[in-house]
Amino acid sequence: MSDTRSRQQAYWRETRILTAVLFLLWGAASFLPGWFADELNEVVFFGWPLGFYMVGQGSLIVFLLIVAVYDFSMTRIERRYGLHHEE
Amino acid sequence: MSFPSPFLPRLGRYYVLYALGFLALVVALASAEQMGMTQRWIGQIFLFATIAIYAAIGVMSRTSDVSEYYVAGRRVPALFNGMATAADWMSAASFIGLAGTLYYSGFVGLAFVTGWTGGYVLVALLLAPFLRKFGQFTIPDFLGARYEGHFARLVGVLAAVLASFVYVVAQIYGVGLITSRFIGIEFEIGVFVGLAGILVCSFLGGMRAVTWTQVAQYLILIVAYLVPVAILSYKVTGVPVPQLVYGEVLRDLGVKELELFSEPRENDVRSQYRYRAEEYARKIEDLPASLADERVAQSERIMELRTEGASARDVAAAERALRDLPRTPEEARLKWERTRQESLAKTVPPVHHAEAHPGETPEARESARRNFLALAFVLMVGTAGLPHILMRYYTTPSVRQARRSVFWSLFFIFLLYVTAPAYAVFAKWEIYSRLIGTNIGDLPNWVASWSRVGLVKIEDINGDGILQLAELTLNSDAILLLFPEIAGLPYVVSGLVAAGGLAAALSTADGLLLTISHALSHDLYYKMINPQASTQRRLVITKSQLLVVAVIAAWVASLRPDSILFMVGLAFSIAASAFFPALVLGIFWRRANKWGAVAGMLAGLASTLYYIVRTHPFFGGSMADAWFDIHPISCGIFGVPVGFTVIAIVSLLTPPPSAEVQALVDFIRLPDEALRTRGRPNDGT
Repeated sequence: MSDTRSRQQAYWRETRILTAVLFLLWGAASFLPGWFADELNEVVFFGWPLGFYMVGQGSLIVFLLIVAVYDFSMTRIERRYGLHHEE
Repeated sequence: MSFPSPFLPRLGRYYVLYALGFLALVVALASAEQMGMTQRWIGQIFLFATIAIYAAIGVMSRTSDVSEYYVAGRRVPALFNGMATAADWMSAASFIGLAGTLYYSGFVGLAFVTGWTGGYVLVALLLAPFLRKFGQFTIPDFLGARYEGHFARLVGVLAAVLASFVYVVAQIYGVGLITSRFIGIEFEIGVFVGLAGILVCSFLGGMRAVTWTQVAQYLILIVAYLVPVAILSYKVTGVPVPQLVYGEVLRDLGVKELELFSEPRENDVRSQYRYRAEEYARKIEDLPASLADERVAQSERIMELRTEGASARDVAAAERALRDLPRTPEEARLKWERTRQESLAKTVPPVHHAEAHPGETPEARESARRNFLALAFVLMVGTAGLPHILMRYYTTPSVRQARRSVFWSLFFIFLLYVTAPAYAVFAKWEIYSRLIGTNIGDLPNWVASWSRVGLVKIEDINGDGILQLAELTLNSDAILLLFPEIAGLPYVVSGLVAAGGLAAALSTADGLLLTISHALSHDLYYKMINPQASTQRRLVITKSQLLVVAVIAAWVASLRPDSILFMVGLAFSIAASAFFPALVLGIFWRRANKWGAVAGMLAGLASTLYYIVRTHPFFGGSMADAWFDIHPISCGIFGVPVGFTVIAIVSLLTPPPSAEVQALVDFIRLPDEALRTRGRPNDGT
């Protein structure tokens, strides 16, 4: 029982670390391009001013990647702790 | 309720057949148009055919099983739940309004694009898997269980109803707009036609019917959104993927803007508008004498025309001008002030499309930057707090599927939001390069037909017979609906766009109505007033609530409240400040207790509402009282931190939650384990 308990605690610790890392990444992708838009707009990226591109498309791609990485990593963590059941 | 194991392939087959059928309809109508079918017929067939499809799915999915009615039996696969969530999420505002907003505000409007997608990261990381593991029916359910008791649940019901109701009114309003424009019926009747369309989906089958119609609606709305701009992109650049190539068009547009904004004729038009603004300022100052003078001058002009023997049309126009004069000085003040503001807006060239945080002074630019980030923040956190979205993650078979379905939701939403800026750029390019500078006599037909409904306005103020940029006024909501005609596409594309807009409005309205009626019947009635109610009685109550709420919402929409966009913005701030802190801390902080949650939710909600009343003219507030220059639409930026802080402080000052609740927290943090498809054993049914 206590073994299950400590295993669950370790699982939760890893989940929290993953969540925190991806959360920070979300914050960066959401707010940094908007804050530095003027500076980024000096750079041209396939015709777009980079600031415009990031806020209108780049950050959105980062969001998609974050959610995909979360799903993938959580499945791996679950498997490692024996909490994963094939469907 | 059992279901055969090849559920997914069979579902896929149904929807492929459905998509092919819809394409066949579009092709058939396109060829009918070539053979001379009228525009009115095309519009009507599109709208009625799609409503008939939704109704058929709704009737086929009717159910009287509680779990089916509330959470679609928890067997919606991740991919399909993703599509349903996307349709649930993308409303009339996203579909019709966003392209127009981006057309006018350029970079500034991109806060909506990041804001309305980034929230799904929060849903994925912080909420969806845990809510699915909790596995009940509504968001107030979670608050009630986690924060022990009816009070937290009641606050949840209140905020859910408040946020969803303003939102649903906006959807029904959108439905009325589309049906009245494309079928040619009165707006008020259009509202009730739309209402019937909404009810056939949700009334008989609840969440189950809404889920499967939302998937169908998603397919239509995304095709309708992508097709027109892909065709135009192909015409302009030779590549039919507008999302990849609009950067180049944006660069050309930047050159065109420089050229156009400094043209002598444009300068001339702008100074004409400045004179007009000054003239109106004078007239407003001289009220009430100026109104009397105006009346005398108009009457004299009519006399003059008559004695000169002018044409009957000129006399009639002059008489109408006299009749339309404001009756009272107060009315004149309002009307003239509006004209003055409109003229004033035309005295400056528009902002450059790609310019970030525009402003005259460094302070104005700083303020624009703060507001941009605040709006993006509120929209993201609000997304993660809107109950009609969160509720959808109760319907997947497992925690893992819930996690994956957030990915699919975001992917399907991404397709639309990444296209919206391309829409704005292509529309602007067409207008700037092809329409501006042409002879007013040679303008394309759509200009006249949309002028009649007041969505396009042209005024040759400098009398040179050529259209200048400042002489053209386009209604921001009309830009998307107009787009196929601006691009010179056949009318069948316009019909497709209308069907897409209708799908967007109907699907969101359905999800919202379910949220409200579930909050009232499940949380308020069953959980708090009459826990002994039989299953059958609960369903009867739910259905009647649904009907009542829908009719009230349609009635409010038919009054055409003009502050509708502002109310939708308000829904995000309410959801962000009332729900988000309590939900997230309920999962990630074991120590959060009921006193903290209730105090935090109320404090968050109160500070949000207080800021709105303080700064929005609708409530008599003024931006002069704003904090850090933040606009009222972003008021949640103050409510969210207040919510978190109050929950933390009050929870620490009061005893920790019971052992039972702590066990619940441990339970929801773990993934599926043995209890997969049906959640907890005591799953309510």
